[in-house]
Amino acid sequence: MIALYLLLTIPLAGMALLALNGHKPWAGRLNNWLNAATLAAALVLALIVLRAGTLISDDRYWLVDAFNVYLIALTALVGLTTGIFSGPYMEHEKEIGRLNPRRLRLYYSMYQGFMLAMYLILVTNNMGILWVAMEGATLATVLLVSLYRTPESVEAAWKYFILCGVGIAQALFGTILLYYAATQVLGAGEAALEWATLYTHAGEFDPAVLKIAFVFLLVGYGTKVGLVPMHSWLPDAHSEGPTPMSAILSGLLLNDALYAIVRSKMIVTQAVPGPLPGYLMMGFGLVSFLVAVLFLHRQRDIKRLFSYSSIEHMGTMTFAFGIGTPLATFAALMHMTVHSLTKSAIFVTVGHAAQIAGTQRMDKIRGLIATQPQVGWGLLVGTLAIAGFPPFGVFVSEFLVLVATMESYPWLTLPLLLGLAIAFGGLFRHIQPIVFGRRPEGQQPVAANMMPVFVHLGLVLLLGLTIPGVLADWFDQAAQLISGGMPQ
Amino acid sequence: MATLESLYGQAVFLLAALVLFTSFVMLAQSRVTTLVNLFALQGLLLTGTTALVAIVQNSPHLLVSATLTLGLKVILIPLLLHWLILRMGLHRATDEVRRPLQLLLGAASLVVFSYWITLPVVQLSELETRNIIAASTATLLLGMLLMISHRQAISQVVGFMAMENALFFSAVVSTHGMPMVVELGVAFDVMVAAVIFGVFFFQIRESIDSLDVDALSRLTESEESES
Repeated sequence: MIALYLLLTIPLAGMALLALNGHKPWAGRLNNWLNAATLAAALVLALIVLRAGTLISDDRYWLVDAFNVYLIALTALVGLTTGIFSGPYMEHEKEIGRLNPRRLRLYYSMYQGFMLAMYLILVTNNMGILWVAMEGATLATVLLVSLYRTPESVEAAWKYFILCGVGIAQALFGTILLYYAATQVLGAGEAALEWATLYTHAGEFDPAVLKIAFVFLLVGYGTKVGLVPMHSWLPDAHSEGPTPMSAILSGLLLNDALYAIVRSKMIVTQAVPGPLPGYLMMGFGLVSFLVAVLFLHRQRDIKRLFSYSSIEHMGTMTFAFGIGTPLATFAALMHMTVHSLTKSAIFVTVGHAAQIAGTQRMDKIRGLIATQPQVGWGLLVGTLAIAGFPPFGVFVSEFLVLVATMESYPWLTLPLLLGLAIAFGGLFRHIQPIVFGRRPEGQQPVAANMMPVFVHLGLVLLLGLTIPGVLADWFDQAAQLISGGMPQ
Repeated sequence: MATLESLYGQAVFLLAALVLFTSFVMLAQSRVTTLVNLFALQGLLLTGTTALVAIVQNSPHLLVSATLTLGLKVILIPLLLHWLILRMGLHRATDEVRRPLQLLLGAASLVVFSYWITLPVVQLSELETRNIIAASTATLLLGMLLMISHRQAISQVVGFMAMENALFFSAVVSTHGMPMVVELGVAFDVMVAAVIFGVFFFQIRESIDSLDVDALSRLTESEESES
């Protein structure tokens, strides 16, 4: 229990501390220590839950079970490594004059604020608080997207703000409808918004209301996941915001938004007869996947390229969660993990690559291996991993998604395979000249901390070669929790 | 007692109709100052509804949310928006609606659509809520339409906040308000959002020299090469 409270209080304190001291030279280190402390708390929490099973606090505000505990650990890990990367990165941005001390303070403070919102989304037991935390995460990241104050970044932030604001309003309406359906059975009060209570009573709720609620929840939180056609904020925000933010947006925020959808689905599928919620998710997921792989080919900006790749992978996960069999859910959970690790590693290398070349335009970034082999190889290996090459973990999870699809909806494997091939072509067409091309005159290496990249890619490789027993059990438990007891 | 109940039901209907009506007027409104005033009026209607439900249904915690709504949506946010309009010299600015007839027809069909999708809810609930859910869904969708059809950043903010109003309205009337923790959280988010909106107005004006968001069009998916 203490670990849980630490998980929330450390970022809260960090937000306040860094709001006052974020411009000092040691702010980056303080940020790292804070993240390391939360990671420790998260690991302790994970151990407790692993031993004792589902943890619901006495006041019923917090809930940690097999599904969210590994996401908490993942969030803490990516938060720490991205923080480590952002120290030297932000120093460089300050040197070239894109940042001033005030904005640096804003950056560090909002970084902790964002982490706080992420943990709150994951540990809360209350669907209303979940919404509040999601909106809080939007507000924190909006400020980060416009950090550089260029016209493009202001535009990207405004679009993000408006689109996600509208989206999240739909999600609140869905939550209200859910609460409405629950009060008919449970009576008014906080219990009718508590996820654990809703989950046990879901079968008694009115299916018609829950159906409408789920549509609103899916569209609302789906906007944050970046599902097509509500995706248009995502490439803009990723390409114009600072790179560490792209890493945590892709690696964490999208996951957590999908987490909210899956939590809602777990309630709704019990009440709604028939496969409607699953079909809705499969449809949105597949369309997002296919649209994103086609857009990969048209990109000119390296960060936009990888943000479309994020849409592609989130689409795959939504699709897999939509299928809903234990195998598909297992695959989706694993895909969530490996995608977070790989994508945040890629954004770290992309950030360095853009600093080396002084631009984000792909036709200007050339010869990375010649200039700075670590960055070049990091980008190449990361791209190999995200494209689903064996032996990386993404290959395994995508393979599992394909197997699960073949079991339930065999004819849908065709568009999936086709999409994977197109995505592969789209990524390598752009990355090959960037990595191996001729080195432009006078290109200098930059100070880079590649440790996060190696750690992440190493973990992804490990997950591809062998899934440790503990983790496999864990995924299994979570998959049973999510799809168990559900009529297939 | 029965007459009192039906009186209460009719009062809530009337307020719902008025909220929906203000949304229509906002949609056709081209002057930003009037738009902000209409938004404040909608907030006032919402406060009235909340207070009414609080008294009739005997749920005192709704009085707190009524006070919150009054403070935030009737006083604070409209004042902030008026201050921004004055600071930016926008009080004469108009936000011309390009095809008012089609827009209002579209809005009317959205209302019909809302009644259609909330049809299943009607079978479930007691008398006074059913029309309300339809009306608040319609207000929500009209808020979205307002954001799409208008070009001034301020109008978009008003549309956004109008959507929040619709959400509060449906929560108050159909479930006698969300639990207090959630309402406080939502109110906090709305307040922070309003402040950030204000900050953004300055940033947008600095970058495009106006608040006409149609000019925010650098980031597109088109192929043409930039300089």
